[in-house]
Amino acid sequence: MTWGDTVYLLPEIVLSIGACLLLIAPVIGFRARTRSAKWTMLAILALTAVAVVVCSRIVPEPSKILSSMFALDGFAIFFKLLFLVTMAMLVLLSDDYLRNSRYSAWEYYSLLAFALCGMMFMVSGVHLASIYVGLELMSLSSYILAGYFKNELKSTEAAMKYFVLGAVSSAILLYGISLIYGVTGTLNLLRIANAMSTIVTNDALMFGIMLLGAGLCFKIAAAPFHVWTPDVYEGAPTPITAFLSTASKGAAFAIFARIFYVGMHHFRLDWQYVLATIAALSMIVGNLAAITQDNVKRMLAYSSIGHAGYVLLGIIAVSDMGLYGVLVYSVVYIFATLGIWSVVLMLSKHEYAGEQVNDFEGLHRRAPLWAFAMIIFLLSLGGIPPTAGFIGKYFLFYAAVGAGFGWLAIIAVLMSAVSMFFYFRIVMAMYLRDGQQQAEVVSSGALKFVAAICLLITLLFGIMPAPLVDQAKKSGGWVASRVAALTHGR
Amino acid sequence: MGILNIITYIPVAGAILILFLGRNASRAIRTVATATAVVDFLASLWLWPNFDKTKLFQFRETYEWIPSLGVKYDFGIDGIALLLILLTTFMGVVAVVSSYTAIKFREKEYYILLLLLQTGMIGTFCSLDFFLFYVFWEVMLVPMYFIIGIWGGPRKLYAAIKFFLYTLAGSVLMLLSILALYFFNDGGIGFLNIKGLGNVGTFSVLKFHEIGHLIPPSLQFWIFLGFFFGFAIKVPMFPFHTWLPDAHVEAPTAGSIILAAVLLKMGTYGFVRFALPILPDATIQLLTPIVVLSLIGIIYGALVSLVQKDMKKLVAYSSVSHLGFVMLGMFALNPMGLKGSVLQMINHGISTGALFLLVGIIYERTHTRMIADYGGIAKQMPVYAALFLVAALSSMGLPALNGFIGEFTILLGVANSVVFGTMTYAVIAAIGIVLGAAYLLWLYQRVFWGPLDNPKNANLPDVNKRELGLLLALVALMVWIGVYPKPFFDFIEKPVEYIVKKVEPSYFDKQPLTYPGSPSAEHSEVAEK
Repeated sequence: MTWGDTVYLLPEIVLSIGACLLLIAPVIGFRARTRSAKWTMLAILALTAVAVVVCSRIVPEPSKILSSMFALDGFAIFFKLLFLVTMAMLVLLSDDYLRNSRYSAWEYYSLLAFALCGMMFMVSGVHLASIYVGLELMSLSSYILAGYFKNELKSTEAAMKYFVLGAVSSAILLYGISLIYGVTGTLNLLRIANAMSTIVTNDALMFGIMLLGAGLCFKIAAAPFHVWTPDVYEGAPTPITAFLSTASKGAAFAIFARIFYVGMHHFRLDWQYVLATIAALSMIVGNLAAITQDNVKRMLAYSSIGHAGYVLLGIIAVSDMGLYGVLVYSVVYIFATLGIWSVVLMLSKHEYAGEQVNDFEGLHRRAPLWAFAMIIFLLSLGGIPPTAGFIGKYFLFYAAVGAGFGWLAIIAVLMSAVSMFFYFRIVMAMYLRDGQQQAEVVSSGALKFVAAICLLITLLFGIMPAPLVDQAKKSGGWVASRVAALTHGR
Repeated sequence: MGILNIITYIPVAGAILILFLGRNASRAIRTVATATAVVDFLASLWLWPNFDKTKLFQFRETYEWIPSLGVKYDFGIDGIALLLILLTTFMGVVAVVSSYTAIKFREKEYYILLLLLQTGMIGTFCSLDFFLFYVFWEVMLVPMYFIIGIWGGPRKLYAAIKFFLYTLAGSVLMLLSILALYFFNDGGIGFLNIKGLGNVGTFSVLKFHEIGHLIPPSLQFWIFLGFFFGFAIKVPMFPFHTWLPDAHVEAPTAGSIILAAVLLKMGTYGFVRFALPILPDATIQLLTPIVVLSLIGIIYGALVSLVQKDMKKLVAYSSVSHLGFVMLGMFALNPMGLKGSVLQMINHGISTGALFLLVGIIYERTHTRMIADYGGIAKQMPVYAALFLVAALSSMGLPALNGFIGEFTILLGVANSVVFGTMTYAVIAAIGIVLGAAYLLWLYQRVFWGPLDNPKNANLPDVNKRELGLLLALVALMVWIGVYPKPFFDFIEKPVEYIVKKVEPSYFDKQPLTYPGSPSAEHSEVAEK
């Protein structure tokens, strides 16, 4: 490692300094100025984005940074920019919500910035240690954020559950990593892959891979490691639920893909079937359990369990299309979900409103445009053309069928039909029932802006998916080429 | 932008126009919607004289859409699609005009959805790329869901979601079959251990028509099954039909008209266009179960119609029976049966559309569809009674009306079918025709004849000019097809021959029989090959 390498860490450095500034600002007398907290955070995000773009231009050899612990390849850049955009939207979503509460915006944004920093490290990590550190930075920030409304019982309960279970899963993950290290003698993903290619079978290694997989499945909320999800999603402040279900989940998808595509590549025939079972379980449990939920946050929590199952299809496939599928699906899923949360937040008059399906009744009268936007988001999550969700699901089904997992694809498509049932409960409430809700929807410009952007992206990528598909191919190309090299090297 | 795109997107343009009208400007909204539907119909009429009946797919328009996936925006129609498009645009006008008084609230949204639905339907018939086809196929679902769910009857929520989920479940399985086709053509490495063809990845329907017979029968079987679920639910074939009575009974009149006239044809069209020509081996493998289901559908649909107390439900179940005929004729796998099947799709659209319209007209006046509430209406509404009689006779297959031509051709095809090899199917189907006459005539008798004993019906006004215009147009079509079907047969001659050559090539060897309108020289030519 040379000190010169640190220049490639510029985005993370900018972000960390920014996070510290946000933390110091209230102490030196800016506490009451919530609005400037928002703008500071947005400025930091913009600066970081510029740094990411600059770094991606000057990086000579993507994988050799910091003693090969850190990669600045297309895959990492793709996710970093995606997370930055997501985070900017989350800031806009949080603004009103925070102003109506008694809690400080500065620390809130600071924690979000730290979480983002962790996520950016994660997606760049090509070394299990750096991935783990990034993951922990993200997780610890999330635990605090889940309990940010410390006087709300639900919020505190959510944070406690999330923390205890999250800590256990981190420990399991770490144990898996240490077993892998013990057998292969390295933590670098490429070297692990090379070391593994000489191993025929090794029980400790298998156990290690299993524990690693279990830890990651907890992070993406795949069944049977999903039980925390509904409680945490319900209890956490709504913008934080939005964060957990979009950015945080996307980061976990990214490292899951990278670790299993590159590092664990050699034993894919062993873990494919285990993950296939988990994927099937997640899709079935998530989508079936969501049917009976009356609380929108819980419903979306279960649906996000189902979506974790869909993304696993792309990971199981171990093919180029699978990898591109993970990238494309992350984008379409994040924007559709963010859109839904922005509409939910429009409805909330106090901390926990806008959460019942009933709260959506007659929305087509009260806010026709946003009711329409909500339909598009829900159709996108259900994978109905011409929305972006169809393209995402299409990639994943394609990958699964191509990899010979026809049975899994059948479960996946049937479960996505089931998912329309509960998504359409909301549509039914909005359009088909007039209900008692008469109040006009008063929403801030920021929420409308986020919803409009998400609507635009969801429709645009649904009708004209070529740019997104091409970008995913370009960005995933580096990882895909490593995988190809590993496959042919056997 | 070619003619097919224009026809497809005129309704969208109209819908956008309506979007800018005021919520309460009912008159303006109706005018724009009607104008759009009429212009669309006229545009599609342009196809009639300009279509070359000696060629297959015409008016092709191909653009790159998602190049990296091999997805193209590919439009083109043959004679079968042409007739179905004409049916769609014609019924589109009927649906819009029949809604003037039936829809009393949220009119703006209603007409927008109706027009969007029309775009979805026309696009489905035009698509020659599977990806595009699937997109349009799904686009149809959502507007229909809302049309049933918002403007429907008392159990509309249940009916709407049932319709939506049933159709969706079928179509996602169809998506998997489409993917399997793609992989077989592409390379298929690791896919069910079957080596693919290694061609450039594509979703082109015509390409799959070419390579279809190369697919190993075991794989064909599974692909066919996926298509079968997608299409059979839409048709609907016997065990998958349960959504249909609910959807029809709850839907507003125009929804029922479109559902019966066009949406059900999506399923049969899917079989004709995709399942049969691409998967000949699987068609033969699954022939018997499908034919048995069709026969059960014919008899079961007719028997259930016989006992209905609700007029609309009766007409809905009669659809199950009639679509059984269409399926039976199609799977006779000879030109005669297939021609009858395609013509019967059009006939069913016209006749059943007319019946739903008629039921809707009287429902608007009395707000009941129960047969028991009526009796002796003929005295009060003579014109209505006469028109109802024509529609009923057309539906039951009286000679000189359209239904007869379709059913007769189907029965001929079924009786002569080499793959069936038995007359039994034709006999069972003929029983279905008799039952059809029974339930329709009995319905007619109970509603229109006898004493006018319900005092509420004493002052019913007869059909007004608007309704009369619509019904006369439908009756004119019934008579036209019934008396002089040749122009219609001319359109489907060529595509039918093409499909039979794909699915049952040996037909032309075994059967030196000539059928009306086709020169026998072509047959010997095929036989030599």
